[in-house]
Amino acid sequence: MNINLTLIGQSITFLAFVWFCWRFVWPPLLGVMQEREQKIATGLEEAERAGKDLELARRKAADQLKEAKEQAAEIIEGANRRANQIIDEAKQAAHAEGDRLKVAAKAEIEQELNRAKEQLRSRVAALSIAGAEKILSVNVDAKAHDDLIDQLAAEL
Amino acid sequence: MAVEAQTATDYIQHHLQNMAYGKLPAGYTRADGTVLSESTWTLAHSTQEAADMGFWAVHLDTLGWSIGLGLVFCFLFSYAARKATAGVPHGLQSFVELVTGFIDSLVKETFPHRNSMVAPMALTIFVWVFLMNLMDLVPVDWLPRAAAGVSGNPHLFFKVVPTTDPNATLGMALAVFALMIFFSVREKGILGFIKELTLHPFHTGKWYFDLLLIPFNFLLEVVSLVAKPISLGLRLFGNLYAGEMIFILIAIVFGVGVLGFAGAMLMHMGWAIFHVLVITLQAFVFMVLTTVYMAMAHHRDEEHEHDQ
Repeated sequence: MNINLTLIGQSITFLAFVWFCWRFVWPPLLGVMQEREQKIATGLEEAERAGKDLELARRKAADQLKEAKEQAAEIIEGANRRANQIIDEAKQAAHAEGDRLKVAAKAEIEQELNRAKEQLRSRVAALSIAGAEKILSVNVDAKAHDDLIDQLAAEL
Repeated sequence: MAVEAQTATDYIQHHLQNMAYGKLPAGYTRADGTVLSESTWTLAHSTQEAADMGFWAVHLDTLGWSIGLGLVFCFLFSYAARKATAGVPHGLQSFVELVTGFIDSLVKETFPHRNSMVAPMALTIFVWVFLMNLMDLVPVDWLPRAAAGVSGNPHLFFKVVPTTDPNATLGMALAVFALMIFFSVREKGILGFIKELTLHPFHTGKWYFDLLLIPFNFLLEVVSLVAKPISLGLRLFGNLYAGEMIFILIAIVFGVGVLGFAGAMLMHMGWAIFHVLVITLQAFVFMVLTTVYMAMAHHRDEEHEHDQ
C-alpha cells in the first residue's frame, strides 16, 4: 500500500487508453450510430410519405371510378334518349310515308275515276248518238252535229 | 496460500501486498536474513521490503492487470468499431453501441461544452474501471495461487484487482486533475485561472477589499481543487479495498470446519451479488465525476467576468 512509481505509470496508461479511445474507437462508433439514426429518420419519413401517397392514390382512384360511373350513366342515358328519338323519327317518317301513300292513292283513284268518267261520257255520247240515229233513222253527220254532241257530252 | 500453514494475519497481509519491483540499497538485510552486497533491483519478498523500496518501485501486478484489462477494452471496442455497420447491429456491435450510446447521452447532459475528448474519456473510464473492479469477483485465491504455481515461488505477492491499489486509482485521478488544469488554462487563460482561484468565492467589487480577500479565497479554492482528484481516487480505492477485504475475511472462514465452509459459501455468494452493484456503481461514479470536473474546468463564470 505504498505510493510509488505505479502512480505515474497508471496516469500515463490512463492517458494512453483515453487517447486510443478518442482516436480509434469513438469516431467510427459514433459515426456508424449517427448514420443509422439518419437512415432510420429518412426511412420513417419515407414511410410517412408513402402512406400519404397511398392515401392520395386511393382517393384519386375512387374519384376516377366515380367519374367513370357517371360517364357510363350519362352515355347510357344518351343512348336511351337517342334510341327514343330514332324511334320517334321512324314513327313520324312512317306516318308521313303513309300519308304520302294515302294521298298518292287518292290522287290515282281520282284520276282513275276521272278517266272512267271520261270514258263513260264518251261512250254515253256515242250511245246517245247511236240512239238518236236509230230514233231519227238518219245518219247524223257527225261533223255537222259535232257541236251538239259535245254539248251533250258536257251535259253528261 | 494454504490457510493451515499460516496465521490469518499472515494470510490477510499476504493478500494485501502488491508485487513490488524496486531497488534495495547495499547492505540491506532481506526478509530471509541475507545481506545485499550491492544495491539490487528485485521483487520485494516482504511487506517491509516493499516499504523500504521507497517511491522508485512499481507494482507489477497492478500495472500488468490494468494495462491488460485496458487492452481488452481497446481491442474489444476498436474491433467492434472497425466491424460496425450502419445496418442492423448484432452481438458485440449492439452491446458496444449500447454502452457508447449510454455514455454519449450522459456526457451530453452533464458536459455542455465543445470538447471531443470528454465523451471517449468517459467511455474509457467506465469500461476500464468496470473491468478492473470486475476482477474483485474472481475468488481471492485463484489467480494468486495460479501465479505462485507458474512462477514456482509460493510466496509471490499477487494482487489481481488494480483498483484496490491506491496507486492505480490516485494515478487515474492525477491524470484527470492534470486534464482539469490543462483545460481550465486553455479555456480561461493563465490569468483567468488565477483569477478563478483568487477572486472567488468572496468578491466585493472594490479592489482593496478584494486584495484582502485573496488569501482566503486562494486557500478555499486550492483546497476544493485538490480535494477533487483525491476524493475521486480515494472513493474508488476505498470501496474496492473494503470489498476485497471482506472477500479475504470470508475466504478465511472457508477453512473453519464444515459449518464454516457452508457459511462462507453463503456469505461469499451474498457479498459477491451485492458487490456486482458496487463495482458497476463505482465505475459509473468515477466516470460521472470526471465528466463533471471537466465541465467545471470548461465553465466560464460570465457574471464574474462582467464584474472585473
